[in-house]
Amino acid sequence: MKEEFRILSTTAILGYGFPLQSFEEGMKRRPHLIAVDAGSTDPGPYYLGAGVSFTDRDAVKRDLEIMLKAGVPNKIPVVIGTAGGSGGRPHLDWCREIIAEIAAENQLHFKMALIDAEFDKEEIKKALTAGLIAPLEPAPPLTPEAVEASSHIVGQMGVEPFIKALEEEPAVILAGRAYDPAVFAALAIKEGYDRGLSIHLGKILECASICATPGSGSDCMFGYIGEDYFRVEPLNPIRKCTTLSVAAHTLYEKTNPYILPGPGGHLDLTDCSFEQETDNIVRVKGSRFVPAEQYTVKLEGAKRIGYRTVSIAGTRDPVMIAAIDEIITGVKERVADNFREKQWQYHLRFNIYGRDGVMGSLEPNPSTAGVHELGIIIEATAPTQKQADTICSFARSTMLHYGYQGRRATAGNLAFPYSPSDFHAGEVYVFSVYHLLKTEDPAACFPISYVNL
Amino acid sequence: MKTSLLEITDVIRSKNSGPYELTFDIMFKDGESFEKVCRAKIINEDLICRLYRIEASDIINIVEFKPAKAIKVTIKRPICSGDLGETDVYGAQQHAPLLGITFEL
Repeated sequence: MKEEFRILSTTAILGYGFPLQSFEEGMKRRPHLIAVDAGSTDPGPYYLGAGVSFTDRDAVKRDLEIMLKAGVPNKIPVVIGTAGGSGGRPHLDWCREIIAEIAAENQLHFKMALIDAEFDKEEIKKALTAGLIAPLEPAPPLTPEAVEASSHIVGQMGVEPFIKALEEEPAVILAGRAYDPAVFAALAIKEGYDRGLSIHLGKILECASICATPGSGSDCMFGYIGEDYFRVEPLNPIRKCTTLSVAAHTLYEKTNPYILPGPGGHLDLTDCSFEQETDNIVRVKGSRFVPAEQYTVKLEGAKRIGYRTVSIAGTRDPVMIAAIDEIITGVKERVADNFREKQWQYHLRFNIYGRDGVMGSLEPNPSTAGVHELGIIIEATAPTQKQADTICSFARSTMLHYGYQGRRATAGNLAFPYSPSDFHAGEVYVFSVYHLLKTEDPAACFPISYVNL
Repeated sequence: MKTSLLEITDVIRSKNSGPYELTFDIMFKDGESFEKVCRAKIINEDLICRLYRIEASDIINIVEFKPAKAIKVTIKRPICSGDLGETDVYGAQQHAPLLGITFEL
């Protein structure tokens, strides 16, 4: 019988940390692979658009240093996906620099593969014209304008570029935007293990200890793949994997728990079974990979739409609370009137905490009845920071002294917790691309280069 | 006797499923209550539309997932995550209306 393939997943997102003891427990199990997912689109479009990481540099370096010092001398490949949180070129460079620093500081010498996931705009426009791009429902269709306006467009690579990179036997693979399970699954698939089981295990390992109980975003997890099953084992004695905790994780951040689409096909979990093997190990069977007729790569892009300035305030006045809609309308009109001649294209919003500040249009009870105080965030977004400052400042001062019906408190309508009251939130990005690209060669879209450190 | 969803569940949560969708997971304490709620179709389109003030066409699916004793509801986000007007970038605080569901079993 073939030996089980063993994978050490260090943490939910590179930089979220893990106890050294858990990592050492993992190393005792002699893993064939140490891997980590470093990104997510959850933190929103800013990080991809601006080319910066949402994780902290020192925290990422701490995690990587432990992984590299264990992996490189022991000839265990270390694979990192979605470098820098969003996996664009600046994110990949950022993470590469950190790795180079660690190598130099620890006299580690190794070959590293770099896999680029950023697409050039011209390439995307050509694909669009050729009819190779379709929206990922419910995203709108892509336009050449949206492509042009995007600051970074990345593709989510599947296992193929990793498998290709592994042929050169690098000690480390650092990849741009990648399908989360790919970093865990690629080497196992290359070694001949079942694709469905490898990807399903990858899906669980990409969040590391989140699939255990108690769950944690900052602890290791260990995976084993056999002929027709895989197993997951927590490495911290305080955690257990239970059939429920592992099955429950299959739901997490997914649209449909039975059908999980990814690059080149989908995972079908209809016949999947979860079995409690020991007190803390769960064995999973029956996960199937169903190849798609057409291989597609998910594209993600973000574009800058302006700059934001915000002001934070509150009110404790019941007369004002009852009149809040009328006041907001009045303030917006005054701002528009005051700057009419400038013809600025700005967006001015008053987000009202205590009414619908958290749920917006989904709030079933957008009422201020019985509410004794409101939090107010005045937000101005405009083409320049200067214009956003002007609109925010003017809206704030107008609201402060706005003479609404029935007002008693004529000294001022707002309580400001801070001086200064207004803050730069900086560049504002939105997602501009969330589409599928048809491709015949899923490895070729993602150029691989090698460096010797 | 009225039962509240809060009493018979371990987990009720919301999260983005990609930037255009919002997904809700309701995980039951035991198989029996899960089966009962599924059979009675308590978590249905009308309820979700009423709780979130959305149209049936905004619901992507409602799926029963037996291995986790869970019902999953996925809806279109009112706006793409991070667009102007956003209130919850991660979508992690949209579950509250589900906590108040009560019904006869």
